[in-house]
Amino acid sequence: MSENRKMAFICSKGNLDMAYPALIMGWAALGVGVDVTIFFTFWGLDLIRKSRVDKLGLPPVGNASMRTGMMGFPFDVGIPQLVGVLPGMTAFATALMKSKMEKLEVPSVREMLEMLHDAGAKMYACKMTVDMAGLKKEDFLDVVDDIVTATEFIEMTEGAQIVFI
Amino acid sequence: MPVRQFGALQLEVDSEGYLVNPKDWTPEVAEAFAKEEGIELTDRHWEVINFVRKYYEERGQSPTIRQITVGAGIPTKELFKLFPGGPAKKVARIAGVPKPAGCI
Repeated sequence: MSENRKMAFICSKGNLDMAYPALIMGWAALGVGVDVTIFFTFWGLDLIRKSRVDKLGLPPVGNASMRTGMMGFPFDVGIPQLVGVLPGMTAFATALMKSKMEKLEVPSVREMLEMLHDAGAKMYACKMTVDMAGLKKEDFLDVVDDIVTATEFIEMTEGAQIVFI
Repeated sequence: MPVRQFGALQLEVDSEGYLVNPKDWTPEVAEAFAKEEGIELTDRHWEVINFVRKYYEERGQSPTIRQITVGAGIPTKELFKLFPGGPAKKVARIAGVPKPAGCI
């Protein structure tokens, strides 16, 4: 086969809103025959940890973009920071986002990772972050291929378009 | 619009090779398109193609990959094996329906 287009996504964020960009773009890339590698680092490790993947959240605090207009309400109002810190607000914003994703039939992060794996994506955890957090391979979902260093990631993504999320 | 010859048929295709009129599709068209993609159609391929056409006819839009895996009960792994190089666009083209509009 002639040289395939290659893409690599670096997932460095762990909030629910930032979990999806790489997963959706990676899926779209696989669908048109692009080779996809995903590297989970820092907060991105939460996406591939058995204990965290189903618990990703979306805090409204510090997020000036989170306005009601973006969440499908007919009016566009921001959430004051002092309201955003109240107990329950993160759970509320998280539940709201999840319900929007469900309406669009977007699968959970856990399911998307399985789909990506089945479609041929290679997925790796960042060794430095793993060491920092004191984690082991067993802490990660089965779809994770290995724990690799930054150097190994650079070497394995030669020629790839690298997208940092 | 370019026109392609399929035996006695003259079919309009767009710049990406998709059939302009899904109604022009016949199984022979599928075989021809599949051959261009280097794919030999088996019964399992036909299950997918028939599902896709039925979906398009019922809903007026082409199914996305996940809509195919969930709706036709075909595992993701298998679908990607059946249509190497990515099923997203190939399945639609071979089935004579437009490119799917969704992302999943």
